[in-house]
Amino acid sequence: MADNYANTADKSVLWDWLTTVDHKKIAIMYLIAGTLFFVKAGVMALFMRIQLMRPEMEFITGQTFNELITMHGTIMLFLAATPLIFAFMNFAVPLQIGARDVAFPFVNALGFWIFFFGGLLLSVSWFFGGGPDAGWTSYVPLASREHGGLGIDFYVLGLQVSGIGTLVSGINFIVTIINMRAPGMTMMRLPLFVWTTLVVSILIVFAFTPLAAGLALLMLDRIFGGQFFIPGMDGNVVLWQHIFWIFGHPEVYILVLPAFGIISEVIPAFSRKRLFGYSAMVFATLVIAFLGFMVWVHHMFTVGIGPVANSIFAIATMAIAVPTGIKIFNWLFTMWGGKLTFNTAMLCASSFVPTFVLGGVTGVMLAMAPVDHLYHDTYFVVAHFHYIIIGGIVLGLFAALFYWYPKMFGHKLNEALGKWMFWLFYIGFHLTFFVQHILGLIGMQRRIYTYLEGQGMATMNMISTIGTFIMAFAVVLLVFNVVYSAYKSERITERDPWDARTLEWATNTPVPEYNFAQTPQVRSLDPWFYEKVHGDGTMKPAEPLDDIHMPNGSILPFMIGLGLFIGGFGFIMMNMENPIVPPLLVVILGAVLTFGSMGLRSIKEDHGYNIPLERIKKIEKEAS
Amino acid sequence: MGENLSQPFEKSAMSKDERIQLEREKRIQITAFAFMISLTLLAFIATGSEIIPAVFTVPFIVGLAVIQFFLQLFYFMHLKDKNHAWPNMMMVSGVFLSTPTIIALALLLGETKF
Ligand code: HEM
Ligand SMILES: [Cu+2]
Repeated sequence: MADNYANTADKSVLWDWLTTVDHKKIAIMYLIAGTLFFVKAGVMALFMRIQLMRPEMEFITGQTFNELITMHGTIMLFLAATPLIFAFMNFAVPLQIGARDVAFPFVNALGFWIFFFGGLLLSVSWFFGGGPDAGWTSYVPLASREHGGLGIDFYVLGLQVSGIGTLVSGINFIVTIINMRAPGMTMMRLPLFVWTTLVVSILIVFAFTPLAAGLALLMLDRIFGGQFFIPGMDGNVVLWQHIFWIFGHPEVYILVLPAFGIISEVIPAFSRKRLFGYSAMVFATLVIAFLGFMVWVHHMFTVGIGPVANSIFAIATMAIAVPTGIKIFNWLFTMWGGKLTFNTAMLCASSFVPTFVLGGVTGVMLAMAPVDHLYHDTYFVVAHFHYIIIGGIVLGLFAALFYWYPKMFGHKLNEALGKWMFWLFYIGFHLTFFVQHILGLIGMQRRIYTYLEGQGMATMNMISTIGTFIMAFAVVLLVFNVVYSAYKSERITERDPWDARTLEWATNTPVPEYNFAQTPQVRSLDPWFYEKVHGDGTMKPAEPLDDIHMPNGSILPFMIGLGLFIGGFGFIMMNMENPIVPPLLVVILGAVLTFGSMGLRSIKEDHGYNIPLERIKKIEKEAS
Repeated sequence: MGENLSQPFEKSAMSKDERIQLEREKRIQITAFAFMISLTLLAFIATGSEIIPAVFTVPFIVGLAVIQFFLQLFYFMHLKDKNHAWPNMMMVSGVFLSTPTIIALALLLGETKF
């Protein structure tokens, strides 16, 4: 019971990871799952680029191309970028606010497993007659029951399930940041990454709910004979576009704001200066989040909603450039006059700034409604959002990986390999996507699987494909770096290998399961830096050293996720030609598993376990 | 430490006033819930029965929805209570975000072009 700390060390490795509720381990699971999905969607991109390498290539068929493009977009946004961001949030946020874990460790594990099984559900579509093929936006009528194949059902239910996981994690982060801050850690002392996590979690709650509603409507239409999106039966196809983009534009900010947060951590750390304009940064984050909800129609300028509506949304869109500009200048001023160290993390973080500006400029160009009729659905848009997503989010994630890696795994990544990776990736990225601006302007449409000789597109497409291969090589180098460093890199035992500023660097490396033996007392913004300069270099404790109460691991999150997977699959089977088992049976099985596990969780008493004082003392002594 | 965690308490740790308060809170919660269910039932009846003309049904249901909305927020989600700063902040920002969204959506989906 509560006293025996028969905890993680005594379990088998597999069982430990399946049942863990430790935020640091869940972070690593997010990292691995996100990386796998990232590589998978990257390979799809490679296939598409090979197909577009030369005019009239016959590497893959148009149908396969559509499936690849849909899965690429969907996986990258929902199953690669989101979990990778969650990985760093999970790892860094509790440490940065001086907490022992997130507010609801069980729910944290639940969020991961539901996300994971949702992604799995989407992915198995390949084995049942092909993936979804209506684009990541899944516009009706293309995705309606009349025109869309079984793949769309996998899209609908897969995203529905993984969306629940995302929502659950978002709520957990909100509660954590509001309730679990260490004494003295006021809102205006939160590191910027924690601020962006909070704002993003709020965005998740407000944006993923419309998506869930939209997907539910589409599911009713496709599986249960509804007519929300069927024009012949009083439905409205434009409604789907509205719902999708009411979710969709906030979603792009859900992805990019954490990257902003990461950059705001890494740049001060390697400029040896505090972040310039902290409160302006917080304010800009809030304004961006609010405006992000007010601009969705800029994805629908060409639908024909009317000039007044288009103008309003065009201006709202351009207004976002103002808070974004504030952020850009604050990063520049942080670096200005700093003692800069250009290691891999800093290279990624600082090059994020100009690349993101390029993406922002094309964004404002796209926001001009009349001109958007020219750009819309061309490669110009593709170039725009890849500058934001790769130049912004992926570079931010790389920076985070190199920055937090020593804390997460106890050794640094190899710097030489890292720099090679960065430069190859950076060059490959610009080769791939810069020419796509021009391709779009000369008329290459988005989501086409081939083009003709003599349209003047062959050379630039070739360049683009070459760039893709360079980028792919850089990612291979990164994976190699991870393996190489695991064997060759020297172990780190010091707390603070980067001489950084925030609380996570005040913990022992490797971080013990309870994070902080004594909850720290925060006395300033950048508390760890403050103690190093004004204090004695250790955090002042806010409580006496005592037993620490920790939550028990549990297999139930896994079971709940599995149940949702089975139930979702049952719904999809309702649209199958000849399901071998009756679909309803499968749905019921899934429901029993999910709700049964939830019931078990409510009934079974579980008080967690205590880590006794002697043990803590021993761990702390070994570490110092 | 920890041996007695599963034992039930014999006496409540709350004072008498607090218990009365809690009872009242419970009653309000249940009443509000019953009221909200009956509003929902009314909406179903209004659409389901043939007798009520459609011109009446739509404003009627919208009216019910407005009442429902306030009941939900103030009674069910404790917007009326004090010391709920953070939840209130979340609810208010939700209203703040969704009102313009819903108005815009309603206008945009109409047949008229703006
Ligand atoms: C911050 C991160 C951003 C991300 C991740 C992002 C991502 C995207 C994506 C994925 C699309 C294509 C949607 C589709 O049709 O599938 C898109 C289109 C668009 N973006 Fe962004 N974007 C970002 C920022 C911006 C900014 C800052 C602006 C303007 C100031 C902007 C303006 C637009 C416009 C107007 C379109 C529609 C273009 C069209 O379809 O014709 N975006 N963006
Ligand atoms: Cu947008």
